[in-house]
Amino acid sequence: MAVASTSPATRNVPDERGRFGEFGRRFVPETLMFALDQLTAEYDKAKQDPTFQQTLDGLLKTFVGRPNPLYFAERLTQRCGGAQIWLKREDLNHTGAHKINNTIGQALLTLRMGKPRVIAETGAGQHGVATAVACARFGLECVVYMGEEDIRRQKLNVFNMRTMGAEVRSVTSGSRTLRDAINEAFRDWMSSVENTNYIIGSVVGPHPFPMIVRDFQSVIGREARAQSLEALGRLPDEVVACVGGGSNSAGMFYPFIEDEGVTLTGIEAGGRGPNPGDHASTLSYGAKGVLHGSYSYVLQDADGQTMDVHSISAGLDYPGVGPEHSYWKDAGRVQYTNILDHEALEAFHLLARSEGILPAIESSHAIAYALKAAKRRSKDEAIVVCLSGRGDKDVYEVARLSGQEI
Amino acid sequence: MAAQSPSAPVRISETFARAKREGRTAFMPFITAGDPDLEGTRALVRRLSETGVDLIEVGFPYSDPIADGPVIQASYTRSLSRRITLDAIFAAFGSLDRQGLAPLVAMASYALLMRRGVERFLADAAQAGFSGLIIPDLPAAEADDVFRMAHASGLDLIQLIAPTTDRARVPSILKSCSGFVYCLAVAGITGERESVADELIQQLRWLKSQTELPLAAGFGISRPEHVATLRGVADGVIVGSAIVRRLESAEGAPFDAVLDSVGQFSGEMVAACAR
Repeated sequence: MAVASTSPATRNVPDERGRFGEFGRRFVPETLMFALDQLTAEYDKAKQDPTFQQTLDGLLKTFVGRPNPLYFAERLTQRCGGAQIWLKREDLNHTGAHKINNTIGQALLTLRMGKPRVIAETGAGQHGVATAVACARFGLECVVYMGEEDIRRQKLNVFNMRTMGAEVRSVTSGSRTLRDAINEAFRDWMSSVENTNYIIGSVVGPHPFPMIVRDFQSVIGREARAQSLEALGRLPDEVVACVGGGSNSAGMFYPFIEDEGVTLTGIEAGGRGPNPGDHASTLSYGAKGVLHGSYSYVLQDADGQTMDVHSISAGLDYPGVGPEHSYWKDAGRVQYTNILDHEALEAFHLLARSEGILPAIESSHAIAYALKAAKRRSKDEAIVVCLSGRGDKDVYEVARLSGQEI
Repeated sequence: MAAQSPSAPVRISETFARAKREGRTAFMPFITAGDPDLEGTRALVRRLSETGVDLIEVGFPYSDPIADGPVIQASYTRSLSRRITLDAIFAAFGSLDRQGLAPLVAMASYALLMRRGVERFLADAAQAGFSGLIIPDLPAAEADDVFRMAHASGLDLIQLIAPTTDRARVPSILKSCSGFVYCLAVAGITGERESVADELIQQLRWLKSQTELPLAAGFGISRPEHVATLRGVADGVIVGSAIVRRLESAEGAPFDAVLDSVGQFSGEMVAACAR
């Protein structure tokens, strides 16, 4: 796929105004500026503080279970008959997904600020669960905003959050999904900033959120890069990750950005196809605009109203994308493409049968692309795929789609 | 800062100057374009003007309004569910008979301006008879270019100041503000509150020493008695949710009854502002 190259992408973004090239920044009401300035200042201090990093590293090791392995998917590789496929096993983290890398870091920030209360938004519930876990671990009050429709569809995650002491608030405004859960969380924060920190779940929103979440998720790419050097004796030829809001992919790609020989590929949800409302491929089909406080690619109609999106995966159906991905796209550093619902479903089954791993349906999009890419490459080449989460949460939906009952 | 244009900037300042001469606090109601429909919006603009309001703030419906509370978001959702477009809104206002109407200020998310193109949006707004614009999600740090373009189109750009705004940042906010300063009454979102916070009063007093621009207080003001507390410290009051809530009942009810209810409330607020 042809990608236009402008100036080379750097890891030295964003600037002090939150700009990734032209993207990012802050488009929020004045009522939020104080909170965002305060969070930025606190994060800058935490970054300089060796104790903060030590505490975080210790928790990632003993509580999350890091480092997780870089695993050679031997039988999957044989089936493709091309490049080696390696899996970065974020599914083996505590809570079964990458989301916890960020919530532990942000919970530590909350403690530093002396705030007793945390709010979060969640779509499918993965980030909500990871936030509830972090809050239980540190004794923080936790309120999770979740669309009414998502609460109905994700009963297991709702039960888990409540069991860990979180309050799950039903969002009945607008589309009653993730989008509106984010809107409600911002509203809560405007009137609660003095005692509350907002732990956002992806690399989206106004500065400093895209930077903070990327930094906490970058542990994925740092480990994968070091593990590749050890296992392969060199860097991989291609690194692949799925992109909804873009947190696992941002964390995976960021440490590789200045490794020019490594092809980076982000996989969006192609849904049922390219018609508006049938997909969630913001970078593939969207245009530049403002959503949830930042300037990035978005799926909007001609007036700027956010469009409905669809994906088989509840974790990818977001009509926006993190501003750093937009920056990488326009700089030509990361190529973005998409995978259809049925292709992801096939990859889900294939990984289960050939490797004994049930991937999240989100991660199955990345697997599906890697299968195609491996066939085009030689056996000497290596592709590293971020297996961002495990698929237990998806089995009811997968069973339903294959006409089975659990 | 006077742009010599037949429309707006002059009229917002004139409106406040007249209210001041007459010893009144300016009263500025908010309605949503297209709720319950654009014909209804036109009728509301006329009725509100007849009750003597000083300025009307018109919310442009947006799908993801993080700056607004639940009452106004619900109103936006109702409007969008009727597939109200920007073209239709500009057309509905552009064809209004301006005789006897209060000046209009548009409140629109930056998402809408970006998609349409900022210059085109501003030109369309000026053409449709708006005197100024509030972009609640465009902070001062991003507003320089828009401020310049708004003036070139003959529109005031009104900036918001929150109770949490650091005083050190206020000069930079005022630098890209004209018409009036929109002072938020509560740290938080639009909605109706029990009382007006002392914090707001103190902040208004301090702001008076910082700017010649009129100060309007909004967010959370819903009753005639709130106005008394603000007398002498605010030059104007903005009321949103209390009016929009009356539109919620429009579905199924005869629209004349809704108009009468809004008109009566507006009349009471205008009277309270004149005391």
